[in-house]
Amino acid sequence: MTKTLTPVAGNHACALAAIAAGCRFFAGYPITPSSEIAEFMSRELPRVDGVFIQMEDEIASIAAIIGASLGGSKTMTATSGPGFSLMQENLGYAAMTETPCVIINVMRGGPSTGMPTRPAQGDIMQARWGSHGDHPIIVVAPASVQEIHSETIRAFNLAEEFRTPVVVLYDEIVAHLMEMVELPAAGTIKQVDRKWADAAQANYLPYAETPDLVPPMSRPGDGHRVHVTGLTHTPDGFPTQKPDLADRALMRILDKIEKNRGKIEKIEAIETDDADILIVAIGIVARAARSAVASLRSEGIKVGLLRPVTLWPFPEAAVRAAANNARVVLVPEMNTGQLNREVERLVDAPAKVAGLHRVDGEPIAPGEIAARIREMIAQ
Amino acid sequence: MNEIVRKDAVRPAFDIKDYLRLDLMPHFMCPGCGHGIALRALLWATHELGIEKNQLAVVSGIGCSGRVGAYIDANTYHTTHGRPLAFATGLKLARPDLKVIVITGDGDCLAIGGNHLIHACRRNLDITCLMLNNEVYGMTGGQVSPTTSVNRLTTTTPAGNCEPTFDACKLAEAAGASFVGREVTRQAPALKNLIRAAMEHDGFSFVEVMSDCTEIYGRKNDLGESPEMILSQKADMRPEAFGNVADQPFRPNRLVTGVLAKQERPEYGRTYRARAALERAKKGR
Repeated sequence: MTKTLTPVAGNHACALAAIAAGCRFFAGYPITPSSEIAEFMSRELPRVDGVFIQMEDEIASIAAIIGASLGGSKTMTATSGPGFSLMQENLGYAAMTETPCVIINVMRGGPSTGMPTRPAQGDIMQARWGSHGDHPIIVVAPASVQEIHSETIRAFNLAEEFRTPVVVLYDEIVAHLMEMVELPAAGTIKQVDRKWADAAQANYLPYAETPDLVPPMSRPGDGHRVHVTGLTHTPDGFPTQKPDLADRALMRILDKIEKNRGKIEKIEAIETDDADILIVAIGIVARAARSAVASLRSEGIKVGLLRPVTLWPFPEAAVRAAANNARVVLVPEMNTGQLNREVERLVDAPAKVAGLHRVDGEPIAPGEIAARIREMIAQ
Repeated sequence: MNEIVRKDAVRPAFDIKDYLRLDLMPHFMCPGCGHGIALRALLWATHELGIEKNQLAVVSGIGCSGRVGAYIDANTYHTTHGRPLAFATGLKLARPDLKVIVITGDGDCLAIGGNHLIHACRRNLDITCLMLNNEVYGMTGGQVSPTTSVNRLTTTTPAGNCEPTFDACKLAEAAGASFVGREVTRQAPALKNLIRAAMEHDGFSFVEVMSDCTEIYGRKNDLGESPEMILSQKADMRPEAFGNVADQPFRPNRLVTGVLAKQERPEYGRTYRARAALERAKKGR
């Protein structure tokens, strides 16, 4: 059967995927380079009996999607660096209250207002650690328009399965790239729904310590009359400051992600089996790296690419194995070394990890990566 | 009008215990705090309107006011500082079948959450917002708030407050709130009636509840204990008649209570859904 390919831009693929994944509530605030997502959702959501609202700022936007998710909807917001910064407190609230939601962060040049229309990858660490306190989070980092579509769907499914906020992180280039995409037929898309508590269940505990670490949720109106708070809480949902209970409460929500790495982690490995030189990269830079790998392999250089598709939790085992097999590791990225440090942390000899950085609003070209690798070999 | 409100002819007498999470008692509010009176008035109004607890959603922010909601045996959401109206907006839009009440405070609503307040007023989504105004940040130990009266002492105005105060009701009205009211905790039945009218109103309703912080604000400003402070509310309202009940009026201005503004405007959620239905019909053609 021949594939049907449709030309789609990155941000549109994201919005299409969200609706296909079951998103029925979107709240957002205009910001370059993510605004196309909000525009698309404002037009399409009413057609599927969903709700779009443009809020007064990004703080309100994420608050509204958490509120709607607590009401039972699958929800999403979309933003870029400055808005993502404003969302951090409520992102932690979603993590703490275990409220599923999806946050799109289309990365642009930073810090501050930076370069709104230029690409960057400066939010890698913010996406993991931006909200205060240790908190669980899942971050996926698509590298193509096709992958924005599939990863946005996966983001919704992960959010629902693990009752956690999921960030979809990609850069301005992929956001505005128009590529031929195979859109799955309606009905073929896997939709995961959060576990709902049985309305008839007596003694329901909203934050029960279930074997899978993900307690079922209760919808308002179902009769459980749950209390939801960002305060550290016991399984019944009410606040505690007792050391043993506080420890158990936080460790469960962290373990929920940590112990389910197998279901969450995702990588793409290209020619890594025999790679003497390993490249670790995400997003648009990984595409340049893939092209560099092809040209260097044609020169007989044993180079491979490992691309975290799930960025957080970081695919530690896969990166450690591939990096320790390699003689040198190159981490090209559009920041001054965020992924680099994460890779250094995992390898046997941090000295063999080198970076290739650009923060001038220009992408890293395949030739730059190839040239750097030839240099590394010559050394 | 609101389909959640069920008006039965016969209802048992109001017993606050039917609406509280009694296993959480004793509550943690200070002796003399006015917030308990506001809570009772809200639950009394809820009872009179026949709203099912399962359909009641109470969203609060951070501060003393933020902790009041947890005692209600309903769907309760203790959210982040200043943001309860934004959370409530999402919840109400996703679940129009719920009766959504926001409990907030003067700092939560007018300082950190001021932006959300004015836009909630403008939007006119069917939410009732109770702002418990005790003129101070009580939870954090008594700092100045946007409603602290001029010259009052707080832990961050050691020489007396020299910032002008917000008139929350004027702000709400100017921002377009379709129902605005104010009441004092001294007049509990009147407060219940005002909250009830706000809950019956189809659209965004804002109620400012003048509530006393006796332990921190009262003590710091030598306003007497709970009885003196609650009596002084009356002096604030009619100083010429009650000026003798306290040496110094609690607030410098004459308090105006009751329904201060009311207008019929299209409720946002239904307006949005009606427009969406039209869009779907167009697409179907």
